[in-house]
Amino acid sequence: MNCSEAEILLHALLDVELDAGNAREVEAHVANCARCAPQLRAYRQLRKAMPVVQLHFAAPESLRRRIEQALPVPRPRVANRRSVLKGFVMGAAVSTAMAASLVVAVFRTDQDQRVLGDIVSAHVRSLQADHLTDVRTSDQHTVKPWFNGKVDIAPPVVDLTAKGFMLLGGRLDYIDGQNVPSIVYRRRIHVINLFVMQGAASATREPTLQTMQGFNIQRWTARDLEFFAISDINAEELREFVEKFEAAQRPANET
Amino acid sequence: MMLDRTQRRDTVVPWKAGHDTRPASDPQQDKARRFRDAALPHLDDVYTLARYLLRNTGDAEDAVQECYLRALHHFNTFRGPAIKPWLFAILRNVCRGEFARRSGALHYDPPSDGEASGEDATPLWQEPQGSPETEILQQRNAETIRRLVADLPQPFREAIVLREINDLSYREIADVVGVPLGTVMSRLARARSLLRQAWVAEEGTTK
Repeated sequence: MNCSEAEILLHALLDVELDAGNAREVEAHVANCARCAPQLRAYRQLRKAMPVVQLHFAAPESLRRRIEQALPVPRPRVANRRSVLKGFVMGAAVSTAMAASLVVAVFRTDQDQRVLGDIVSAHVRSLQADHLTDVRTSDQHTVKPWFNGKVDIAPPVVDLTAKGFMLLGGRLDYIDGQNVPSIVYRRRIHVINLFVMQGAASATREPTLQTMQGFNIQRWTARDLEFFAISDINAEELREFVEKFEAAQRPANET
Repeated sequence: MMLDRTQRRDTVVPWKAGHDTRPASDPQQDKARRFRDAALPHLDDVYTLARYLLRNTGDAEDAVQECYLRALHHFNTFRGPAIKPWLFAILRNVCRGEFARRSGALHYDPPSDGEASGEDATPLWQEPQGSPETEILQQRNAETIRRLVADLPQPFREAIVLREINDLSYREIADVVGVPLGTVMSRLARARSLLRQAWVAEEGTTK
């Protein structure tokens, strides 16, 4: 191997692009070459000095929104009521009791889907235009009282900025025929909307993940309230959000 | 139909409505959703490449938006495995069009023959005699380095951004740029040499 070959190949060596045989060859040349050895050291140093993470640019949120809006508008995938009824007519011979239980099951799913559809729409809407927050503050003691008189529950508001989820503020939304508070968080450049609704039962339900139109939704019930956290961040980080949120609730609740 | 309506109502029919509770999902929306899941997580990376290629915020934003629209349109033709290089290739095409639209003064891509072999003397690059390899690089802040990278001539800037910042393999870079592996290697070697020279020179001016 001569120097002009090695000059090129030492970069492939640095980038771990050489197979073992070629890597050995380049290393052997460089080790015995007064010209190439300092070069390898120099480029190793250059790589180390590059603050790669900081050389990235974050896409502006306005751009992200523009692109999301340019994609075909996601429509909430609500169960088709007519097809449900058609199935019901066909299955009318099924015993009345069974049919009744099915009606409940079918319509609960139907309502669930509608609520989820509403939540996705509200989330998408919140990212459009400038309507992310009605009350914009990172102070939890400002957000919480703001909801007083606007909704008939007192949503828990906690600042998770120190935990990596910045509190942006609160917003009022309309979901499944009622005013619903949303607490808005941000993770890096991703928005998390946390919708809080009146829970149907006092039963605590563990967080479950659902995906709808590409958004991750964590849903859980606690303290008679039903929570929906929705975002485009990955499922893992959304789960982390739920954990941090619930962890922050605990001390206040237990004392 | 063998059975009339009344009879059928009394006959036990297997319950099939479960299949009907969800409408068959619209293929257009299904595609959009899959595209969203696959492509949107790379928005920052695509934007980063656009910023370095076009060196202008507004142009970069437009190019990225156009890139995503084209990508969605052609999403059916995407065969994987990695979507990031595919998006980069589309972005690069958009940028090429953007450069064509701008004044001819900006030369996007030099003819690749003549620069493929590393050793021929080229006006763009010469290993300096005093060899700065022995100098210790001072830490520079990110903004300075961004500028140094942005000031590199186009093919070298592109190579170094794809490799160092976007972490593509040589094979992926070759596919994105549409040149042989050997060209990727020689460009990268030259890119690093130029960057290092500029880095050292920067210290000379500011220290």
